[in-house]
Amino acid sequence: MHRVDSYQLNNVSYSYGTTSALEDFTLSLSAGKFYGIVGPNGCGKSTFLDLLVGSKEPESGTLLFNGQPLTTYKKRDLARQVALVPQNFNIGFDYSVEEVVLMGRHPYIHRFASPSLKDWQRVQDAMDLIGIAHFAKRSIMELSGGEKQRVVVARALAQDTPILLFDEATSNLDIQYTLQIFDKVRALVEKEGRTIIAVIHNLNFAAAYCDEIIFMKEGRVCKTGTVAEVMNAPAIAEVFGVEAEIRFDSFSQVNQVSYRYGGQLE
Amino acid sequence: MAQVTRRKYTFYLLGLAITTCAAIIISSGMGYMQIPVTEIVQVLFASITGNGDLLEGVDKAIPLVVMDVRLPRILTAALVGGGLAMSGVVYQGILLNPLADPYTLGVSSGAAFGASLALLANIVFSTFVSVPLFAFAGAVATLFIVLHLSSFQGQVSANTLILSGVIVGAILAAGISFIQYLADEQVAVIIFWLMGSFASRTWGDVAIITVAVVLGLLITLYYGRDLNIMSLGGRSADSLGVETARTRKILLVTASMVTAICVAVSGIIGFVGLIVPHLMRFLVGPDNRKLLPVSLFAGATLLLMADTVTRAVLPSEVPIGVLTALIGGPFFCVIFRRKQKRGSNA
Repeated sequence: MHRVDSYQLNNVSYSYGTTSALEDFTLSLSAGKFYGIVGPNGCGKSTFLDLLVGSKEPESGTLLFNGQPLTTYKKRDLARQVALVPQNFNIGFDYSVEEVVLMGRHPYIHRFASPSLKDWQRVQDAMDLIGIAHFAKRSIMELSGGEKQRVVVARALAQDTPILLFDEATSNLDIQYTLQIFDKVRALVEKEGRTIIAVIHNLNFAAAYCDEIIFMKEGRVCKTGTVAEVMNAPAIAEVFGVEAEIRFDSFSQVNQVSYRYGGQLE
Repeated sequence: MAQVTRRKYTFYLLGLAITTCAAIIISSGMGYMQIPVTEIVQVLFASITGNGDLLEGVDKAIPLVVMDVRLPRILTAALVGGGLAMSGVVYQGILLNPLADPYTLGVSSGAAFGASLALLANIVFSTFVSVPLFAFAGAVATLFIVLHLSSFQGQVSANTLILSGVIVGAILAAGISFIQYLADEQVAVIIFWLMGSFASRTWGDVAIITVAVVLGLLITLYYGRDLNIMSLGGRSADSLGVETARTRKILLVTASMVTAICVAVSGIIGFVGLIVPHLMRFLVGPDNRKLLPVSLFAGATLLLMADTVTRAVLPSEVPIGVLTALIGGPFFCVIFRRKQKRGSNA
C-alpha cells in the first residue's frame, strides 16, 4: 500500500536571522527504515524535521522528495505522505481525545464534508494501537502530559502516512509507555515498510530500535550509517563530549551505551 | 462536554436565532412610547410587503417610530454584538488565547484612533473622510504592531500578547485624548461616539455593518476547520496540510475588518467578544464551525438587551460601552484567574 518514498538533501542551509541552524546539510533517506537523529540540544534537529514536513523552506540547497523539490508539493498532498509528532503539545481548547485524533484525518476530508466511515475507522485503529481508546471521550485538557503525548502519536498514526517524523515524542512518557511506543513504531517499519525519522535523546533506545543513526552537531551532519557502523565511543565523544563505552548487552540482546559518570571530556 | 450532538447543536442554533428575533421585536415596542407586539408585527409585515392596508387601526406615528427611529438602532446594536462576538471567536482561536478579544488586543482602540482622526479631519478641515476606512486602517495597523511586539522567533506568547495589547491600547488612548484636545469645542462629538452609543443610527449604518458581518461570517466559516486544526499549534497544523501562515493572516484581517466597522459605527464596546465565545464554548464545545454561528446570535442578543436596558429601562441613557465594561471587566478577571490556575497545573 505504501509507495517507495525518499528524501534527498543537497547542501541545504537554514538560519533564524543571523543564527545558522543548518549548514550544508547533505543526506539521503530511503524508504522502509527507522532513522534515529541524535545530537546535542540546539544542533538543528527540530529545524531538520520542519524542513522534511514542509513547514520551513531551505534558504539554499535543494530538498527533493521522491525526486521532486519538496516545495512543489501542495501542503495537503504532502500531509498524506508525511506526519509529524511534535515535542511539545498544548491545546487550549476543550476538544475530546477522539476529536484530536480525528484531526489527523484533515488532509483527507474535503473542506465542507463530514468524516467518512473510513476516517472514523482509522481513528479507532490508531487509538486501539496506542491503547488510548478507553479515554476517547475525555477532554484533552484533563489529561496528564504522558496521556496527551500518546494522543498526539495516535493523531499522527491516523494520518496514515508512509513517513512518520518524531520530535522527541517519548520525552514525556514513563518507561512502560516509551517502550510500548517504540515497539509499535518498530513494528510499523517491519510489517508495513513505513519510514520513521525520529529525534531521540536516549542513545540506548536509538541503538536498540533504529536501523541507521544520523549524528548531528552544530547544524551539520557529523556521521551517518548503521548502528553498528557509527554508534561508537569516538563518535559519542566527538558529538556530545562524553566518555562512553559500547558493549553487547546479553539481557537486551543489543549493543548498549554506558557512560563514565563524573568525567565529561573538555 | 467537549462534544455536542448534531441535534443538540441545531436546537441551540435555532433557539438562539429565535431569541434574537424575539428580542428585536420586543425591544422595538419598548421605550418612551410603549407599542404592543402585535402592532410591531403589523408594521414589520407592512414594510416588508409594502402593503399599507395592513396598517389599519395602527396609530400613524407608530410606523415612523418603529421603522425610522428604533429599528435602525436595534439592528445596529444586534449586528455589532454579533460581529464583535464573531471576531472574538477568531482572535481566541488563532492566538490560542481565551483572553483575546478585539478590546484586549488593542484592535478596538486602534480602530477608534483611526476613526477619531477621521472625525477630527471632518470637523476641523470640513473634509468628508470615510470614518470606517480610517477605523479599518487603524485596526489592522494596531493588530500587526501588537503581534510584532509580542512575538519572539515567530512564536507569539499568550500573556505577552495581552500585555502588548494593553500597552499599545494605552498609547492609543493618549493619542485619542490628544485628538479630543485638538477638536476643542467640537470635542463632545468624539467623546460621546467613543463611549459607545447606538443613538441616532440610520439604515445606512445597518447596511454597512450587515455587509461586514455577513462577509466576515462567510470567510471565517470557510476557514472554520482549518482554524480548529490550528488550535494544535502552527507546527502541527502545517504538518496536517493547513496553509497556516496564509490562513492566519486572512482570518486576522477579516476579524479586524469586522471589528473596525463595529467601532466606526458605534464606538468602543468592550468585552462582548470575550464573554460570548466563552459562554458558547460551554454550550456547543470548541468546534469553530459551530461556535461562530451561535456566538453571532448570542452576541447580537446580549448587546441588544444591554442597549435596550440603557435606552428604555434606565432613567437616563448610560453609554453602552460603559455598561459592557462594567459587566465584562469582572468577567475578564474571573477567566484570567482560572487561566492562571490551570497554567500552574500544566
